[in-house]
Amino acid sequence: MPRWTGGSEDTVKIDPRKCVACGNCVAVCPMGAIRIDRGVNRARIDADECVECYTCYRGMSMEHLNPTLVRAVRATLRVFRLRFDPEPDICPTSAIVPDELQWPRTVRRAFSDVTATHESTGVHGRGTEEVKTNDVTGRVGPGDVGFTVELGRPGVGVRFTDVQKVAQALAGTPARFEDRNPITTLMTDRERGLLNPDVLGEKVMSCIIEVATTAAAASEVLEVLRDVARRIDTVMAIGVALRCDDRGADEIERILAGTDYDVIWAKTNVGLGRANPARVPRSTQEAHA
Amino acid sequence: MTHTLHRYGRPEDFRDDYIVTAMPARGFNDEGCVPKQKAFLRAALKYNPVNIGNSIKGSAHRATKDLRPTVHWNRDHSPHPEAVIEEVDRPTTVSAVFDDYDSMRAFVAELVELDLGLSVNISGVADRARECCGEVGLTRHSIEYSLGFQGATEKMPEDRPRRLVTMCGHGMVSATLARKMEEWVRSGRRTPEQACAYLARFCVCGSFNPARAERVLREAVGRVHSAERQPVGDG
Repeated sequence: MPRWTGGSEDTVKIDPRKCVACGNCVAVCPMGAIRIDRGVNRARIDADECVECYTCYRGMSMEHLNPTLVRAVRATLRVFRLRFDPEPDICPTSAIVPDELQWPRTVRRAFSDVTATHESTGVHGRGTEEVKTNDVTGRVGPGDVGFTVELGRPGVGVRFTDVQKVAQALAGTPARFEDRNPITTLMTDRERGLLNPDVLGEKVMSCIIEVATTAAAASEVLEVLRDVARRIDTVMAIGVALRCDDRGADEIERILAGTDYDVIWAKTNVGLGRANPARVPRSTQEAHA
Repeated sequence: MTHTLHRYGRPEDFRDDYIVTAMPARGFNDEGCVPKQKAFLRAALKYNPVNIGNSIKGSAHRATKDLRPTVHWNRDHSPHPEAVIEEVDRPTTVSAVFDDYDSMRAFVAELVELDLGLSVNISGVADRARECCGEVGLTRHSIEYSLGFQGATEKMPEDRPRRLVTMCGHGMVSATLARKMEEWVRSGRRTPEQACAYLARFCVCGSFNPARAERVLREAVGRVHSAERQPVGDG
């Protein structure tokens, strides 16, 4: 049974003294975790489905109106069968308030709220730079194939039990987990792809498992991912990252040969980045030259 | 963060969708990057982007926390590009979204001249990004391709809301809101432009493309001709 709460101690709160049950927050929740409880005529949050993305709190505009006045106006309009067409993205009484989260619920916000920076990597968003800074970091080298496996998006969310299922499948391949990735830092056993058991019951908006392997092993990784995708209760999106050669060419056709994947959309690092010399050890600079 | 990698749509649906981002690498060039990130955003404004953003602070389309009750009758949907630039105060990802190739290419050409030293990525149809690199004299360094969605795809939003919500790569735009906005446009309660302004406010990093979203909604309700769109900068 879902645990509906207007204001528990461990989630974003909707203040029942302020809420006027306008329903605007119901539609803006990406996880469908808010509903109007007609029994008490207040919005309530399903704490188990809420991923602490703070979309309701941060994304909605606010009016700070007096709740008693708003309820009276709404009741009067109902009596006279008058329809008011309010803006759909406003909480009229500023009833949504954030709260201090406790471990392990903190991982929900870390993986769901784009403005939160992951402590493990120092990177915001989903917490990894991937190939976006590859021209500086050399994360994916010539001949490497990087895979980003995003789980939960769009609009589904993911439990860490499913994240672990995918990680365990990848652990059985030649691919190695990326060190600078928040999911990797949650692992207690990389060899087997096991996550910290504290977090397994948590749900997040989405997260990214990141591995790298060789071109020769790429097809095996893709097969394993296709197989495990049938056994998870969420959606998976795979990214394939490659280092281009001196002419700017890549080997995606060879990597995907024999598969039915069709590539159209991509993120292209155009090679304008460079490290600050003072910040990088000489050996690293040479390696990235 | 794959915030611009898995946009959903048919190839022709991406003709007005190009995102250019700049990001420092933690521990390599994040020190002193704030003025460079501001320079990126300021340069972008010359080329009529439809959105700009700072991943940790917000985009040009943003919520307002102190509205007056009259807002329900005279809402100002104007973007706030200067606020985005002013708020850059630490290493982050900054982005600019364009609805035409030529503007995007001209902006990338200016980034070559500016030589900020930040990592710059173009998200879009791979062939168009390759074409852009060739035209401005760049050699692609690395690339990440999207292989699309698999798994429990039946749980994803259906086609049209999926095209809308995947423009926010962090999942902040709700499919329920997207459906509601389509219905409101269909019933004449809001214009496509207004509906897209509501949706865009929920995408913090600014990768949401309100121009493409407006086209998607217009196509949905059979009004294919777009009104003149106000860019986020002065151009």
